[in-house]
Amino acid sequence: MFAIYKRELRSYFITPIGYIFCGVFLLVSGLLFYQCTLARQSMDSLNMYFLLLICVFAILIPLLTMKLLAEDRRSKTEQLLMTAPVSLTGMILGKYFAALTIYGCTFLVNAFNFVLLYRYGNPNTAAIFANILGVFLLGAAFVAIGLFLSSLTQNQLIAAVSSIGVIVAMLLLYLIGDAIPYAWLRSVLQWFSVLDRYIPFMNQSLSIPAVVYYLSLSAVFVFLTVRVYDKRRWS
Amino acid sequence: MIEIKNLCKVFGDKRAVDDVSFRVEEGEIMGFLGPNGAGKSTTLNILTGYLSATSGTCLVDGMDILEQPLEAKRNIGFLPEMPPLYTDMTVKEYLNFIYDLKGCTFPREQHLREICDVVKIGDVFGRLIGNLSKGYRQRVGIAQALIGNPRVLIFDEPTVGLDPKQIIDIRNLIRMLGKEHTIILSTHILPEVQAVCDRIVVINKGKLVANEKTEDLVTAVDGSRKMVAKIVGPQEDVLKALRTVAGIRTVEVLGKRDTDSISYLIESEERVDARKPLFYMLSTKGWPLVGLEGVELSLEDIFIRLVGESRRKSRKGGEG
Ligand SMILES: Nc1ncnc2c1ncn2[C@@H]1O[C@H](COP(=O)(O)OP(=O)(O)OP(=O)(O)O)[C@@H](O)[C@H]1O
Ligand SMILES: [Mg+2]
Repeated sequence: MFAIYKRELRSYFITPIGYIFCGVFLLVSGLLFYQCTLARQSMDSLNMYFLLLICVFAILIPLLTMKLLAEDRRSKTEQLLMTAPVSLTGMILGKYFAALTIYGCTFLVNAFNFVLLYRYGNPNTAAIFANILGVFLLGAAFVAIGLFLSSLTQNQLIAAVSSIGVIVAMLLLYLIGDAIPYAWLRSVLQWFSVLDRYIPFMNQSLSIPAVVYYLSLSAVFVFLTVRVYDKRRWS
Repeated sequence: MIEIKNLCKVFGDKRAVDDVSFRVEEGEIMGFLGPNGAGKSTTLNILTGYLSATSGTCLVDGMDILEQPLEAKRNIGFLPEMPPLYTDMTVKEYLNFIYDLKGCTFPREQHLREICDVVKIGDVFGRLIGNLSKGYRQRVGIAQALIGNPRVLIFDEPTVGLDPKQIIDIRNLIRMLGKEHTIILSTHILPEVQAVCDRIVVINKGKLVANEKTEDLVTAVDGSRKMVAKIVGPQEDVLKALRTVAGIRTVEVLGKRDTDSISYLIESEERVDARKPLFYMLSTKGWPLVGLEGVELSLEDIFIRLVGESRRKSRKGGEG
């Protein structure tokens, strides 16, 4: 598992995708940060910043995850991984954590922006930490979703586009959730409405159910990915 | 060492492997022969745990590939039909990755160096795999299978797309590896298995057709020989004379293939050597024989014979 993790991590930096992800993300988030917090100082704008950040992730994270499994499937290297003495779960977790590491590190670097706030004012530390934790967990769930969709195709572009589609749809559920006609459908879909769970983080509180929800969302999609691979062997 | 029992694999409504059973003993080099689409790769993919069988079992060193996958896989080095290479890595990085992936415990530097010496890839060690030629990629694929020194090596068509010299190199390499490993070599080239294998398993359309020692199989299918003779002389007369030679069953004119001689395709009776009578006849007539060579049996011929033979046997069995 560790070997796969290491290789995957390296591959982000021998292909341009790792640099593109870091570069674009740091640039966009820096601009947003400037617009939302430095220019206007208020609690609302801080929350606004994090919401916009989530939208940026909705597009950037799929670029990070698109190749995870699709590429191996296309080039037949998955045959190597699946006949090596490594369990399926180990192989998929290795890949998941590689993408998570790139995403987490970039996000961490970005978080240093907040140091600036302390120089110029007296920001609300609890709010900042709650939001950072919330966004990180949400992003981790996005990585799992991207991983899952990458396992369904051998075309990276399809993996990326469908991941963006699914993630955006999950975000939109927050807006259209109440308009869904059937009660049962509404309750099913609301389970996937990731933004609903984000609200406690915006109110500076650390909601345990929300943390558990995001963690289980990641776990569910990682598990589904393992199932996809297991199932494909039998078909 | 390897035991396959009643293996079946169904893709949709296609039976790719249909009730195949065989064993490979420790230290044996087994040739796995069959035409395109016979189900060779499918069988090997199941044996190595890449696919799961619809029914049947595969044991590697007594361990079921489904029940104890990690232990069983540790004993196997596999070169799939398409070498599973990461084209964006150098050979060195790639082999180190495999070393980690298999969790080897040998001294790393020395182990990798030994393998590079065996498959002769030392001179491309620092190159990007994506820039290597087909032959070198194939060797890197073999090197990958050798890492960790597994007891069983499985090669799926290792010589496809190589030039004749490299084919010979790889065959020699496999013969050498066979001294210390149990090997399964899949191919659709008969001379290849004849050259390196102790035993041959033939499958066709997913079904086992033969499982015999190499000598036995070759004599079984080689009983009636075809050869091409190049003879200088008037075509009609030569043809008529050839038909009278004892042991010759059929003669066919192939036409003029070089400046003065005419080529004839001659098929002799089963288990009869017609070459000597042929030579004496031609020398008494004064027609020079300028070339005589055996025609290698094509895989199709072998199947026709093997399948025909097994039908004949089963018919006899039915009467008894
Ligand atoms: N994933 C799959 N889905 C559906 N059918 C498949 C699949 N893989 C193989 N087949 C079918 O199973 C049969 C056996 O294929 P296999 O690749 O094992 O043949 P092979 O003996 O390796 O042939 P070749 O010499 O061409 O490599 C073929 O008819 C093929 O079309
Ligand atoms: Mg094949």
